[in-house]
Amino acid sequence: MATPAPVETLDLAAKFPGAVTADARPGYSGWVVTPEKLLEVAAFLRDELGYDYLVNLCAVDYLPEDRMEVVYHVFKTTGGPGLTFKTWAPRKDPIEIPSVVSIWPGADFQEREAWDLYGVKFIGHPDLRRILMWEGFDGHPMRKDWQEAFYDEEVKPFKRRWPDGKHVYAEKRSTFGDNIKFQPGFDPEKWTPTDPEEALYQSLKKYKTETADGIETDHIIVNMGPQHPSTHGVFRAVVVLDGETVVSLKPVMGYLHRNHEKIGERNTWLQNMPYTDRLDYFNSMTNNWGYALAVEKLMGIPVAERAEYIRVIMAELSRIQNHLILIGMLLNDLGAYFTPALYAFEERELILDIFEAVSGSRMMCNYFRFGGVVRDIDDDSMRKIKDLVFDRLPRKIEEFDRLLTENEIIVSRLKGVAPLSAEDAIAYSMAGPMLRAAGVPYDIRRADPYGIYNRFDFDVAVRYNCDMYDRYLIRLDEMHQSIRILQQAVKGIPEGPVSSQKPSYITKVPPGESYGRVEGPKGELGFYIVSTGKPNPWRYHVRTPSFVNLTGLEKMCVGTKIADFVAILGAIDIVLGELDR
Amino acid sequence: MNGKGILKGLGVTLQRFVDTYLDDLRWWGKRYYTPEGIAHRSSKDTKGIFTVQYPEEKLPVPEEFRYKPFLLYEEGENGEKNIRCTSCGICAKACPPQCIWIVRGTDPQTGRPVPQPAGFWIDADICMSCGFCAEYCPFDAIKMDHNYEVSSYTRNLMDINDLLKPVSYYASIRPLNYAREDEARKAKEAAKAAKGQ
Repeated sequence: MATPAPVETLDLAAKFPGAVTADARPGYSGWVVTPEKLLEVAAFLRDELGYDYLVNLCAVDYLPEDRMEVVYHVFKTTGGPGLTFKTWAPRKDPIEIPSVVSIWPGADFQEREAWDLYGVKFIGHPDLRRILMWEGFDGHPMRKDWQEAFYDEEVKPFKRRWPDGKHVYAEKRSTFGDNIKFQPGFDPEKWTPTDPEEALYQSLKKYKTETADGIETDHIIVNMGPQHPSTHGVFRAVVVLDGETVVSLKPVMGYLHRNHEKIGERNTWLQNMPYTDRLDYFNSMTNNWGYALAVEKLMGIPVAERAEYIRVIMAELSRIQNHLILIGMLLNDLGAYFTPALYAFEERELILDIFEAVSGSRMMCNYFRFGGVVRDIDDDSMRKIKDLVFDRLPRKIEEFDRLLTENEIIVSRLKGVAPLSAEDAIAYSMAGPMLRAAGVPYDIRRADPYGIYNRFDFDVAVRYNCDMYDRYLIRLDEMHQSIRILQQAVKGIPEGPVSSQKPSYITKVPPGESYGRVEGPKGELGFYIVSTGKPNPWRYHVRTPSFVNLTGLEKMCVGTKIADFVAILGAIDIVLGELDR
Repeated sequence: MNGKGILKGLGVTLQRFVDTYLDDLRWWGKRYYTPEGIAHRSSKDTKGIFTVQYPEEKLPVPEEFRYKPFLLYEEGENGEKNIRCTSCGICAKACPPQCIWIVRGTDPQTGRPVPQPAGFWIDADICMSCGFCAEYCPFDAIKMDHNYEVSSYTRNLMDINDLLKPVSYYASIRPLNYAREDEARKAKEAAKAAKGQ
């Protein structure tokens, strides 16, 4: 059992008079820091109070108040609740806010995202380029006054659909013709494209030709991807090589960017649920949970007892199939081709059959609702779950262990490769198995429990060698722990209703903010939502583990061989659906 | 000993290889192309090869499986189609990708709304098969189909004629759901009748 962490009683406002005030808006919590004192307060939080782990950083556009806000969620890696603080700037370009990369390096990509989507300039950021959109994109698409090409209306449901909903194809109704806006003085006829990659290559120009022993050695720039460098999706990495050794590396992403968060703000609260399935499409059950948790927190509604158990069962089954696939695909990346991957798929099929029977879909489950789940587990599926949990899965995980763990080739490819120390892992905001494989026993299910995880007896898997081999082993450990949780959950599941709410497509969410975080199989999955009391979210931000975990990619790759890069990327366990959003 | 780990792993592969043939012998020709064989291959006791030879073999879909929505009609005595839909628009409002388009029916004489759709389209290319329309329909008028073989050379804009299917079809693909809803409907009607007396 986790001991409740002590509540932070320190009054920051008294400590920093004039610079810090409590966030007094109804439904909000935390502190508001002036941009001038931001770095000082952040350093104090990290060094004096021990908030060493920045998990989430995002911007919010308060257009009516004419204010741009940046929200920070920081936690202690020793566990316990987190601290939220914000900083405000007037919504007038340039919006300038100091960068916290020097204090929490994990802010790197998240600040770039805020710059890209909101146009918040982070002063002091080492490489402030766009990250999801391309260089040269006009505007900042998450701003409230930005409209997409097929803009219909501000929020759903669109009036065009009913009661006079004569179908029109979107491209006929609203072509780029009547929806595109050019900057003043811009003539599309005379426009010639500039190289959007200029800034990227410029940032790698610092690696110059070296002369050693009278021989000139050039660095080579290699583009890995974006054509599926390792079957993980359209991800690209620009690698600077010295011979075969990686000198520097810049991930390039956004090829699958669809402005998920903007869609989320157009949607009603409930309509976002099936969209979260499409984030990490391997684990739609966990994604559903993260979102449901954030909204339930803000609504202040309980979850039906039986539904809590069903949620745990589904999330842990999801974790097992995710880790199986990860191990199978990691072996694929290492050159073992498809045998382990297909063995993994076999177990995954059985788990997906259960998902299909209870939710109606194998991968796009859309199973959770606010206050519970959509329907009960039928008897046949319950029997299948029991068969898997008590009989087949433990056997098969042991078989994987026999198949791979001692294999000399795997050991020599993984052991000691790409180390990432505990300090670095925390600094780069790594989450989930990546953090625990670096020797930090941080698991949200224990550190900041949600649902009913505090009722189960399980260990936080942790490994201390910080290398690739540990990243492989930690997945096996976690599957064993998931089975332990599942066995207890299946035995303890009570009868009863599966939802505490009456089914309705309308959700009333009181004004305020909330941050819901779950321990996804890939790491911390967080949803930051802001409600104004309307049927649609004002802000819907997803903190995805794939995205933030990539912050540490360069650190891990530098000094290793280029051939290992594919495996390192595979072990981070990225999925492009949630990386690019 | 170097190489022991590899041999151990190869043992697992060999075991699987042998299991495939042993299982084939045990089933003696019935492992493939029979419903029992398909069920066995997706059960917890399956060993060896587990693939299903689509399209010759097809995995049965569970009752809750959802693909694209369809509209229900009751078959009248003279073969007329009594559409359950009242064009209330709840499905169109709940739809996350907004792929449902409805024209509310009006009486041609009075111009007042009538509980019948004058037009109903589902842009099946945009539909994300979430099932909200079926879940929140108060009249059980729209349900999710089991037919997943819908590939075509053109775009799949379904109008009311493509969408309508009889209630008997619904009862055949989702018997448990149908029985539950039918019971609730009959209880409601009985309560109404009792109140009226």
